[in-house]
Amino acid sequence: MRFDSKPSLLLKASAVAGLMFLHLPVLLIFLYAFTTEDKSYEFPPPGYTVKWFAATWNRPDVWQALGLSLKVAAASTAIAIILGTLCAGAMSRARFFGRETISLLVILPIALPGIITGISLRSAFNIAEIPFSTLTIILGHATFCIVVVYNNAIARFRRISSSLFEASADLGASGFQTFRHVLLPNLGTALLAGGMLAFALSFDEVIVTTFTAGQQQTLPIWMLEELVRPRQRPVTNVVAMVVVLVTLLPILGAYYLTRDGEREDADDGRKSGNRNA
Amino acid sequence: MKAAPGLPAAQASALARLSDAFWRHPRIFVALLLLLPLSWLGVVYIGSLSALLLQSFFSIDEFSGLVQYEFTLKTYRELLTPSNFDIILRTFLMACAVTVAASIIAFPIALFAAKYARGRLKALFYLGAMLPLWSSYLVKIYAWKLILAKEGIINWVVEALGLKFLLELILSTPVIGGNSLSVSYIGTFIVLLYVWLPFMILPVQAALERVPRNVLEATADLGASRGQALRHVVLPLALPGIVAGSIFTFSLTLGDYIVPQIIGSSRRFIGQAVYAHQGTAGNIPLAAAFAVVPILIMAVYLWLAKRRGAFDAL
Repeated sequence: MRFDSKPSLLLKASAVAGLMFLHLPVLLIFLYAFTTEDKSYEFPPPGYTVKWFAATWNRPDVWQALGLSLKVAAASTAIAIILGTLCAGAMSRARFFGRETISLLVILPIALPGIITGISLRSAFNIAEIPFSTLTIILGHATFCIVVVYNNAIARFRRISSSLFEASADLGASGFQTFRHVLLPNLGTALLAGGMLAFALSFDEVIVTTFTAGQQQTLPIWMLEELVRPRQRPVTNVVAMVVVLVTLLPILGAYYLTRDGEREDADDGRKSGNRNA
Repeated sequence: MKAAPGLPAAQASALARLSDAFWRHPRIFVALLLLLPLSWLGVVYIGSLSALLLQSFFSIDEFSGLVQYEFTLKTYRELLTPSNFDIILRTFLMACAVTVAASIIAFPIALFAAKYARGRLKALFYLGAMLPLWSSYLVKIYAWKLILAKEGIINWVVEALGLKFLLELILSTPVIGGNSLSVSYIGTFIVLLYVWLPFMILPVQAALERVPRNVLEATADLGASRGQALRHVVLPLALPGIVAGSIFTFSLTLGDYIVPQIIGSSRRFIGQAVYAHQGTAGNIPLAAAFAVVPILIMAVYLWLAKRRGAFDAL
């Protein structure tokens, strides 16, 4: 059997089975959000109701946790966009000594287990006598969000041809004008995509947050407490479902933003190919 | 050089001079760009890591329970006591098992997505791998708590199919079994695999995308069967991707403390030990020493991975 012909049935079946393994469990949560059972995780649900949505809506603790999570995610995304872009700009421009070390340094906060980042930050805050607050949560989140923006930005930097900057300089633009009118428009969607992913990452981060939050509750910490000691299963089901939907939007958004960029590239390639022919 | 529109001439020329200076001294410009992000990562992150490392060389006074701030290797020696070493070994083996299983499940998905899927199907596969990568960690664990519960879907299916004896047989296996799936190593393994699997798919897919189609055609033209081509051409070319993905599955499993706490037996993993020692026990030096273990394992792992060229596939 030739390798380059059609995929074997086994390959197709295992690929589809793998994808189903990844997606079916989360879909089950949607079913549980409507169950009438509130004392156990009984399957199949004995009946269906929408009353838990109203019950969740009226819970001030859920709203408070959601508010804090959104605030933290917005702030750390903003910091990550600035730092990640600066870093990507420098790294795309020059080869210099210590370059690999810097790329390792950027990846490290996400490649090392969260508990290490968490306990490191906690002991550093203790030593520096910084009290735990919203600010300490943001400090931690921004640190591991930088890499997300960085990855998106550096991929785009690589695709922007340097002749664009040279042309801009030849036409008399200063470096700042080039930045404003040439670089930013080209970089925009990549930054937006990176920012959205950073937002999603920060919005549901729990491991580092348990170490840096003190008494405050972000939405994931609220959920973690419910996971360890289930007290309000129906409300947790609804919150879990809402979290799935809320994180889905920025992820899909980031996908469409970067996909369009790649398609433009492909089109450009085709056009120039035609011209050469 | 012309003045920028809308700016006073003096200010514009100062800006222009600055931008000219940057142009003439690219190194200074790069250094300026790096100043902010590097000082953030250097101060906040490396500073914190060093603070942690430092603590692991202190020890705790057994009688007063206070931290003694003088250099000692006593805390590291404590890691080698049988109960602590068991924790390390258990975590290490689980990380190996999860990584191997993740690469086996990820490979067909990545191969199909990279080499056979076209157009819409390809986008579907890409999204299918990317969505779970970014979606909520806790929600994923919660989903499995629902699935593995005694009254949950797995037991319902097993009973409906009349396979209850089979499940009980599996659960009666020593070590990996337990009273039910949600308190056994099998349960912990499934959930860790589920949570970290997406980190394996995308790097493997990226590595396979780079294999030119004509290489695959050549294997067929030279008379290789599908199995031979897979074994001698496709797998070696996918290996850097698998290694890159395994960096994540391995490292993230090593440090996970939430999954084993929620789904699993009472036997601890490294992450849980770190959490317990820094929290209620208040033994920060031992917690720090435990946290250094995954760092060391990962350092060795990264060094090996680098020699195999895994970083090009990230």
